[in-house]
Amino acid sequence: MDPREFDVIILGGGVVGAGTMRDCAMRGLRALLIERADIATGASGRNHGLLHSGARYAVNDPESAAECIAENQILRRIAAHCIEPTGGLFISLPEDDLSYQHTFVEACRKAGIGAEIIDPKLAREMEPSVNPDLIGAVRVPDASVDPFRLCASNMLDAKLRGAQVRLRTEVTGFIREGDTIRGVHTRNVQTGRETDYYAPVVVNACGVWGQEVAQMAGVQVGMFPSKGALLIFAHRVNNMVINRCRKPSNADILVPGDTVCIIGTTSTRIPLENCHKVSVTPDEVTLLVTEGAKLTPALSETRILRAFAGVRPLVSDDNDPTGRNISRGIVCLDHETRDGLKGFVTITGGKLTTYRLMAEMATDLVCSKLGVNKACETATTPLPGSEGRSYEELARQIWEAPSTAQKAATARLGSVVSEVPKRSRQDEALVCECEEVPVWEVNNAFERMGVSSLTDLRRRTRVGMGTCQGEFCACRAAGLLAKAQDCAARERADLLKFMGERWKGNFPIGWGESLREAEYTQWVYKHVLGL
Amino acid sequence: MRFDTVIIGGGLAGLVAGISLQQAGRSTAIVSTGQNALHFFSGSFESMKEAPERLTALFAGAGIRVHYNPGVRLTPLGTFREAELSLEDISLFPEAKFADKALLACVPGYLDFFPAFLAEGLEKQGIQCRLCSLDLPEELQDGSVERRSVQLARLVDRDWKKIVQQIRLMIQDEDAVILPQLFGLQDASVPEHLRQEIPARVVFAGTMPPSIPGIRTQRLLKRRYEVLGGTYLGGDEAVEAQVEGNKILSVRTHNLEAHALEASHFILASGGFFSKGLRSNPFRVWEPVFGVDVDFDEDRNAWYNEEFVGDQPYMQYGVRTDVTLHPLVDGQPRGNLYAIGSVLGGTRPELGSGAGLAIRTAFLAVDKILESL
Repeated sequence: MDPREFDVIILGGGVVGAGTMRDCAMRGLRALLIERADIATGASGRNHGLLHSGARYAVNDPESAAECIAENQILRRIAAHCIEPTGGLFISLPEDDLSYQHTFVEACRKAGIGAEIIDPKLAREMEPSVNPDLIGAVRVPDASVDPFRLCASNMLDAKLRGAQVRLRTEVTGFIREGDTIRGVHTRNVQTGRETDYYAPVVVNACGVWGQEVAQMAGVQVGMFPSKGALLIFAHRVNNMVINRCRKPSNADILVPGDTVCIIGTTSTRIPLENCHKVSVTPDEVTLLVTEGAKLTPALSETRILRAFAGVRPLVSDDNDPTGRNISRGIVCLDHETRDGLKGFVTITGGKLTTYRLMAEMATDLVCSKLGVNKACETATTPLPGSEGRSYEELARQIWEAPSTAQKAATARLGSVVSEVPKRSRQDEALVCECEEVPVWEVNNAFERMGVSSLTDLRRRTRVGMGTCQGEFCACRAAGLLAKAQDCAARERADLLKFMGERWKGNFPIGWGESLREAEYTQWVYKHVLGL
Repeated sequence: MRFDTVIIGGGLAGLVAGISLQQAGRSTAIVSTGQNALHFFSGSFESMKEAPERLTALFAGAGIRVHYNPGVRLTPLGTFREAELSLEDISLFPEAKFADKALLACVPGYLDFFPAFLAEGLEKQGIQCRLCSLDLPEELQDGSVERRSVQLARLVDRDWKKIVQQIRLMIQDEDAVILPQLFGLQDASVPEHLRQEIPARVVFAGTMPPSIPGIRTQRLLKRRYEVLGGTYLGGDEAVEAQVEGNKILSVRTHNLEAHALEASHFILASGGFFSKGLRSNPFRVWEPVFGVDVDFDEDRNAWYNEEFVGDQPYMQYGVRTDVTLHPLVDGQPRGNLYAIGSVLGGTRPELGSGAGLAIRTAFLAVDKILESL
């Protein structure tokens, strides 16, 4: 068989692309995923890390709310090691209209979301960081999710089932015969090598960049990118997700995740051509801190780790090019029935929480085109790493008395941790002290998770995401990568790029302790290390 | 408690000033939080272009030898930077190609030393590199597997003879041997021993901080200061000053509480942002002990260069002084206070930056104090 021929080609390495790849592989299709950069570089990796209960959408978008709660329950089972079942609160503050609470709870009930009004006193006991002035609280099944881990697990499972991934590979054009797409022309952005791949169906899962890709194929998909700014705090001040119980607005969700918490977001329409270079302004920082402190007053005293922004892939309702009717729901387009272009499918819109459902919808469409009659099983088959046991139990099975670092690695990798080679005792040494990432986990990412840069490594292991923002660990990891891949010259440039990328999220919040850390880092890298 | 001079800050600037004043017979105290920029000292003195007899003599008194050889030094990532003056165990080369063949000794499991980068950088200069591993006990004495500079430094100072033996066995026709800068933390003579016993040119290449040569320098300077009778208040922090007119009367510290430190002169050597000599919030930058004027941009958007490696405007912010280093308050100099070292930021560019700024301004302030009675 020609190694360039597949049953389906999926474009985009975000969580929807990765989920679609897995679903296709589970239905017996030979799948290839092509990604221009790395996993989860777009909206998939630039969000709150919130597993919605759907409550936020219950009043205004009951359809999305129902999808969210259904997927929320499914993902808790199949992606347990990516999810922390924190629970969530919707709080009313003195300036909020308490009567909205009833509208809200009623809408949640209709959507099937377990929303329970609780005494504000009980809310303060459950979540001591919450604003003590709250006048109302509703408890909902929100949770936090690590989107990088979720994306990587989907890819890992798809690969184990025979699917293939080409990272750092961009699509330069479509192979078209008459009204049918037959494949894609690609170019490896690192080596410049050009390759053609063939398949009877190509799925466009490129998120906000789906418009450009569709255009390349000769069809129109109207994206309306919306920028959201977020802040990461250096401590996890809350243990439950905290939302405002009012009409969705700016900076009204605070999500705990791993050792940090994230406040967001804002919503600003931006032109498509600016999607590559979104950044956070000082005004947005001020807004996020001010509004965030209303949810949890401790935020005004907590060190901010970094600012970042993502772009929501909002899409116009089909066949409305004016964009007046923007949908926040899932849009799955069969370009054959819509535009007369065979062999091309677009899956877009939706949310991180509903990625699996989106993947199922896209894969159903692919299967119907290929005449494959096999039901979707992703709702019941756990991702690798999520088979049952808690990470603490898993770690105890391997190490008897696991260290906190061994537990942290197990939490990141799930049950896969037992298969990762640990060659010597020195492999237990920590590369990243903030996130407790050992040498063996880093080597595993180099060898088996397609890492070729420090940024790739960060997405798979959290190296550089902690309080030091790469000050110590980036250099160590760069040394290991230079040695593992024998690429010191490339790695020196990569280290510089990585530190530049960290700085991009640091300077918007560069005062106090963050500026201290920045001064140290910049002095050391420039004057001592000679970068 | 009364002194002739009280110095806030125990880094390079504060220690050089303290030692000089003690040598001149003045009674001084140094208030130091503990950590300072010497802990990430490259071993080469930034912006010291002239031959520094005065500094050399002061350091020699403390048992620290420096050498002045304008040229380049090897960085931990295998690049070369211009340098004129450095600690004796930090090599300065007239040109980057300092050897034909080098044996590069790594410590297995030590992640803060970068042989792959060093080898690549040296080969670019035409120096052939061969990597070899030093055989050290797998587990450190404290049972940990983390190989960090300070733990290893204790080990190699004790076992330096074994390391010499290993190198002697491994060396072939190399004319240089490169070792990590881990030697001489406890016994400052170890680097020199290695140079005499290893049959090739020995070059110590830098590591990630903490810097072993830097910590050693700090310890030796502190010891010298105490031998000269200086009062070193370590682990303490100046919190507030008592001022009358344009004169500082005393400084209160965190640990001494009610017992203020009185003096005729005060030296502010508290460092930049990292050392907390300068503090910041989203709206301003200030100096926390004396509340003296600080140069900074009102618009926070102007504080940063978006490029990580670009010159950062915030690093130029610092205490505003008159020509004799008296800090200003509302434009008026505080007559018995001097600001030296990194707390000045880039407000006195003619005095250099980093270690050069620290040393030059320390001597300037000392001379002014010695002129007075």
